[in-house]
Amino acid sequence: MFELQTLDMVLPFAILLLPLGGFVVLALFGEWIKRDKEDAGAGYLACATVIASFALAAWTTARLYGLVAGPAGLRFSQPYLGFEWMEVGSFRIPFSLLVDPLSSVMMLVVTGIGSLIHVYSLGYMAHDDDRPRFFSYLNLFTFFMLLLVLGGNLPLLFVGWEGVGLCSYLLIGFWYRKDSASAAGLKAFVVNRIGDAGLILGMIFIFHAFGSLDLVDIADNAGALAPERLWEWGPVTIACLLLFLGATGKSAQIPLHVWLPDAMEGPTPVSALIHAATMVTAGVYMVARLGPLYHQSETAMLVVAVTGATTALMAGTIAVVQNDIKRVLAYSTVSQLGFMFLAAGVGAFGVAIFHLYTHAFFKALLFLGSGSVIHAMSGEQDMQRMGGLRRKIPWTFGTFLVGTLAISGIPLFAGFYSKDEILAAALGTGHPVLFGIALFTALLTAAYMARLLFLTFFGEFRGGREAEHHVHESPWSMLAPLVLLAAGSVVAGYALFPMAHEGAVHHVRLPEVVQPAFRLPGQALHHLPWLPMVATASALVGILIAWYLYLSMPELRASLASALRPALRVFRAKYYFDHVYDAFVRRVVVGGSDTLLWTRVDAGLIDGAVNRAGTLTGAMAQTLRPVQTGFVRHYALLVLAGAVAIVSYLLWS
Amino acid sequence: MDHPAFVQHALLLSLVLFGLGTLGVFLRKNVITVLMCVELMLNGVNVAFVAFSRAAGTLDGQVLVFFVMVVAAAEAAVGLAIVIALHRTKDTLDLDAFSLMKG
Repeated sequence: MFELQTLDMVLPFAILLLPLGGFVVLALFGEWIKRDKEDAGAGYLACATVIASFALAAWTTARLYGLVAGPAGLRFSQPYLGFEWMEVGSFRIPFSLLVDPLSSVMMLVVTGIGSLIHVYSLGYMAHDDDRPRFFSYLNLFTFFMLLLVLGGNLPLLFVGWEGVGLCSYLLIGFWYRKDSASAAGLKAFVVNRIGDAGLILGMIFIFHAFGSLDLVDIADNAGALAPERLWEWGPVTIACLLLFLGATGKSAQIPLHVWLPDAMEGPTPVSALIHAATMVTAGVYMVARLGPLYHQSETAMLVVAVTGATTALMAGTIAVVQNDIKRVLAYSTVSQLGFMFLAAGVGAFGVAIFHLYTHAFFKALLFLGSGSVIHAMSGEQDMQRMGGLRRKIPWTFGTFLVGTLAISGIPLFAGFYSKDEILAAALGTGHPVLFGIALFTALLTAAYMARLLFLTFFGEFRGGREAEHHVHESPWSMLAPLVLLAAGSVVAGYALFPMAHEGAVHHVRLPEVVQPAFRLPGQALHHLPWLPMVATASALVGILIAWYLYLSMPELRASLASALRPALRVFRAKYYFDHVYDAFVRRVVVGGSDTLLWTRVDAGLIDGAVNRAGTLTGAMAQTLRPVQTGFVRHYALLVLAGAVAIVSYLLWS
Repeated sequence: MDHPAFVQHALLLSLVLFGLGTLGVFLRKNVITVLMCVELMLNGVNVAFVAFSRAAGTLDGQVLVFFVMVVAAAEAAVGLAIVIALHRTKDTLDLDAFSLMKG
């Protein structure tokens, strides 16, 4: 263990606590700040805390990579010990943070993207009266998300995990007067609870296997466990699958993905920050963080990969038929998260984090861009009422175009590089079927994103004359983050991280930066010269299809739609997941309660037992009541009789 | 050491006093009379204490008597206060009038 400098102890806590401070101030004094309706003080405070947090995170990362003064050399995996959180016998949970390459990347993403979205919210929420509440939630979310990625052990990670879930609920239901918004918040919360139960059970299994919940301990010792082969149900497999259940909840994978599209009821910056760039990637982060453990179980890895690929394909097909601009992006997010899990499932954890990182840029960009469109359209979200917006809001269009190219996987844009590596990893580890699914999903991605772009920005305006008159470009506070994110969406793919090693500064790609966190040998990249070309071709084909169907020959669309009607019906119904869950809840949960659990067990057995005990006591009391006459004399007589009885017993027994 | 007959006489007196007191407690209706009867019972006990003390030739019983007298004084003070309170609520000292504890 290295000698820790005081600065290295303090910095991570400062990063963590700044947004919490912002939350506390806004929560306590928000109403007071709000006095003046035009005053944006609450927003400025929230932005300042997150930007300061980002600056400190960058400084910490620079120290970690050995770029600025500090102990020489690379320093990985150093828990910053604070104080004990709880201690029960041999079970102790220190309040320790972990700053290593993986968490450094995550905290940069959270605070960096978070800062931009905070600034964007200044403009987007300018007309909302409840800004202090909004910004206090955003700050609280940033705090919990940082706790999630910096927490040095699983319970701390879990606290962050639950905290971001809470903030997600609060922010989805931010406009709580709208029934659909509070219902969506509730749905997100309940669905996530199912996953969280798995997470807790998984933690118990891990503690059983390791005797520790410390992330570094787990990563260091996982390699010593016996590897479990396919369909071998050892403790590692069970623990990993339970934890993955938690990940499917948080990261919206089949079968717990149903909450994310509904979560679009929240304000758009929330969709960008929580439901695209940061919180929903927590599951990917957790699986990658426990990568060494997952690596020991073939079953768990296969389940992760197959779930990811299936989700990617399914969400991609649903996105093709959505008409709400934000819902397209929501299903797109589900699909891209599927890509990340596919990468993690085939053992390329670094690539999964790489895609997480590039996706954070372009998906935040796309969501914020869609927010700018909605802002311009005065709240309209239906793409069928848009069209031809590219001349009216050129800045939004330009940045949105960059985001679309990035997510579609066009070379020179970020998404191309990370997606290419996922495809290469899937093929290189011997999963040709998953590779095929991923390649087809990449085509779908390009198709639905191009469709979104064409419907929104090209063609004729379809929203009516009055709406057309209102269309306006967004203020600078919204455009500046868009431009910065667009720049990030271009360069994130080939950005190199400088790291000092043995006196020299090396420039390293992101997958290699985080690789030490997985305790696995860095995988040799499978250089297949034809793969980038195939990937690019599939993206171009997707865009071309959308071009033909929506711009060039729209009359083709009707005939194609009638040919594909059965499939489209399934896509529109979102594969009937909501129907099945609804039927399950109605039939099994509600019906079972009505006929058995509620009427028989609860009302009959449990209430019956309690009520019987009550009436029995009452009846006994009723028969004994006359004993109490109220006359002192009778009581005294009884006392005397008792005394006589006792004395006689003592004398003659 | 006194004659055993003395102890017997004293005990007889004690019994009579105690019995009279007990009967009074149960049969009289006036609260103050009942209180006085309680005092009578206590004094009956006191006589027994003194008699046994003399018979045994120790001072223990006599010391106990002092305790009983102190307690009786306190009891009289509290008891009379209660009597006043009772009289204020019902304008009577008839014991049969007080049966609020009736179940």
